[in-house]
Amino acid sequence: MTTVATPPRRFGATMRRDRWWVQPVLVVTSLTLFGVYTIIHAIVSKYYAITAGGAHLQSPMFSPDLPGIIQFHTSLPWAFLVLWAPLGLRSTCYYYRKSYYRSFFLAPPSCAVAGVARRKYTGETKFPLVLNNMHRVFFYFAVIVIGFLWYDAIRGLFYHGSFGIGVGNAIMFINVFCLSAFTFGCNSWRHLIGGKLNCFSCTPTAQTRHSAWKKVSILNGHHMQWAWISMFTVWGTDVYIWLVSSGAFSDPHHVF
Amino acid sequence: MSETAMAGGPRRLQIWRGDLTGGELVDYELETEPGMVVLDAVLEIQRSQAPDLAVRWNCKAAKCGSCSAEVNGRPRLMCKTRLDHLPADQPITVEPMRAFPPIRDLVTDVSWNYRVNKQITPFTARENLKPGVEINEKGEFLIDQADTDRMSEFRKCIECFMCQDVCHILRDHRMHNRYYGPRFMMRMASLDMHPLDGVDRLDQIADEGGIGLCNITKCCTEVCPEGIHITDNAIIPMKERIVDQRHDPLLKLLGRTPNKGRRKPPPRTETPEL
Repeated sequence: MTTVATPPRRFGATMRRDRWWVQPVLVVTSLTLFGVYTIIHAIVSKYYAITAGGAHLQSPMFSPDLPGIIQFHTSLPWAFLVLWAPLGLRSTCYYYRKSYYRSFFLAPPSCAVAGVARRKYTGETKFPLVLNNMHRVFFYFAVIVIGFLWYDAIRGLFYHGSFGIGVGNAIMFINVFCLSAFTFGCNSWRHLIGGKLNCFSCTPTAQTRHSAWKKVSILNGHHMQWAWISMFTVWGTDVYIWLVSSGAFSDPHHVF
Repeated sequence: MSETAMAGGPRRLQIWRGDLTGGELVDYELETEPGMVVLDAVLEIQRSQAPDLAVRWNCKAAKCGSCSAEVNGRPRLMCKTRLDHLPADQPITVEPMRAFPPIRDLVTDVSWNYRVNKQITPFTARENLKPGVEINEKGEFLIDQADTDRMSEFRKCIECFMCQDVCHILRDHRMHNRYYGPRFMMRMASLDMHPLDGVDRLDQIADEGGIGLCNITKCCTEVCPEGIHITDNAIIPMKERIVDQRHDPLLKLLGRTPNKGRRKPPPRTETPEL
């Protein structure tokens, strides 16, 4: 077999023997299904809160609850007014960037596998991909959304003002915990909390930030796992609330 | 993994033979011993079957970074890749690094990396170091352990250039004149994070260095034989510093600019061509 040791090579050319294509296929499938599901539910804009029996369990895809909090009523799918922040955080997240550049853009589909030939590769230097540098702006807004999600989870513990607990509550708390772990393990937060400092030891404030940076670095080390786990917990929470609020079954809970 | 592979035995290697004008994979059969690495097999072939086979190696201990090659399509150190970790039922392919021009057989011309390295201003101490805190009476620099920990990870680099080889910007897009590559992003990160350094390198990282071309697919991290988190600990922090400098509206509003007080580096020439 004659080969030339210098590219360019056709798409997918590689001497790798392993099943390098499995990961891109899984990522494309999962992200596409999640994206399509989210858009469909946002357009439908129904069955996003469990209110039977004095409960108030709000889907994370519809939080903050604009109609409930500020009496914002519209026939249009209002969820897009709140979804942009968490979806923007995810789509500009360094981990998701790796995933979709590999799986959707095929640039490259896997390490040492030739990507799609492009007339001119510009990476993240030109519009629209240069907007990925706005990740931390989405982070600022996503932190506000996380605050509302904790509020929703705590509010869900009160049924007509009485404390109660049920399966829905557990799901809500697991979800907001996972979302917090994803959000506060973010590379931008790791930078802002201390990574941007050149001297960790110079001042007492810098020492405190160094300590915080080390803790965030631990969380950041598992950012990929938290990204997937939290995506599935958001999805699962929304599906549960959709099913219960549409009457498919009831949410088992006990009011004290 | 079969017992035969664990115990050594006959194996077939396909080694790329050629030069800049082209080449081909040539089959070699050999009897292997238990525990052999790819470099052992290649050297045995060179000794017994192909004395003109060109291969670069030195320490055989995964510390000199000389024997980088592509084994079964993945950048690896030949001296660190055991034969019994590779599928026994298939031939083992050994090719030179694709991101650099082949000189002959498995030897590539990596001199472009050294030319890029010369573009980077070395450590240059700040002018206003605090006596007794940052510099002692003998002129020795003083630095806290907390500040060296982060940079010491980057000092593990053995310059095998496998991160450069697997980087698709260099490997597939051949943009050697626009992007320094992960190895030098890491070097610049270690200098930029140095508390005693007095040079502002952010413009160079963004412009001549071309960090914006990196789309953080993390292949450099995957192939690093020293386990350095190149993307998470060097490239992404540098991208974030560029965001501080150029893209964060909040910091712009507050008038916060990174690397305040550091002086600009001397003018650079253009990024070297391959």
